Amino acid sequence: MTNHYTSTAKGLHWLMAILLFGLLALGFYMHDLPLSPEKLQLYSWHKWAGVSAFMLVLIRLGWRVTHIPPALPANMPKLMQLAAHAGHLALYGLMLAIPLSGWLMSSAKGFQTVWFGILPIPDLLDKNKELGNLLQTVHQGLNLIFVATLLGHIGAALKHHFIDKDDILTRILPRHSKEN
Amino acid sequence: MKRIALAFALATAFSAQAVEYTQVQPDKSAINFVYKQMNVAVDGKFKRFSSQLSFDPAKPTAAKASFDVELASVDTGAQEGDDEVAGKPWFNTKAFPTAKFVSTGVKALGGNKYEVTGQLNIKGKTQDVVVPATFTAQGSNGIFEGSFTIRRADFSIGEGSWAKFDIVANDVLIKFRITAISK
Repeated sequence: MTNHYTSTAKGLHWLMAILLFGLLALGFYMHDLPLSPEKLQLYSWHKWAGVSAFMLVLIRLGWRVTHIPPALPANMPKLMQLAAHAGHLALYGLMLAIPLSGWLMSSAKGFQTVWFGILPIPDLLDKNKELGNLLQTVHQGLNLIFVATLLGHIGAALKHHFIDKDDILTRILPRHSKEN
Repeated sequence: MKRIALAFALATAFSAQAVEYTQVQPDKSAINFVYKQMNVAVDGKFKRFSSQLSFDPAKPTAAKASFDVELASVDTGAQEGDDEVAGKPWFNTKAFPTAKFVSTGVKALGGNKYEVTGQLNIKGKTQDVVVPATFTAQGSNGIFEGSFTIRRADFSIGEGSWAKFDIVANDVLIKFRITAISK
């Protein structure tokens, strides 16, 4: 009896984990840098990676709605189950809202996003300094909420593994051959 | 008698054509620029400039134009961009507050098209430029529009770490729309 996520779901989860940690670190690092060619380069990379993450989360949501994930442990309190679902919903919401806010911010600031320097992403907003600054605050705020939610996500996974000693963490990890 | 009347009619018709556009309307005029940042077009503008102009569509070759652009009035779309380009590696506005264009000649190319040659001085460096322009009369307004490309390196705009063109391209398109009224 398998209680694991599908390989696709696992692959998308960890690929996005790496990408999003990179994006968060880069975002918080680059934003305080003095203006330089390197800063502009980093901003472009951040935007390209952000568009990629947005594409991946769409694929992931498509997979999620067509594949039922393994159920939570039956002995988990109802309130905790509800919290788990709410947490995942928040993560998905933020994974959608954060790149969108970044894209709109770029538009309002007058710096179009061109994916990998090749594919132009249309500007939805006209250049507008005040709106650009507002969206920058929104982008930062959403990311701070995302960091807090991620800490909860990781903390919960570790609690399940080390305190509850259930399979919540292992079922998203690559399957060991001895388990088969 | 008829002949004199005709000549008179022609003369008045001609003199009615001979309006000279001299009063530039700053609120209806704009100088913008477009450059490429990592292959992505980014635009900006200069908010303050003054100009002297005299243009008579009947005598285009006698036309004259000069512009003084206040470089510190640059609007890149971001405050840190405005601060950066005012600094030493870019415009160095403390030492070179204005960019100056002075026309040296105007050629009529037919229709409403003209070619303005002139000298552009930015950051202590002068280059000859050729500016294609169009002229459209709209009531008492004369509208001059055109664009030309300069290479920022010719004027040492963006020195040091910015001197390479991989992030900020060398070519900068200058676009203008100047509205002037006739006296």
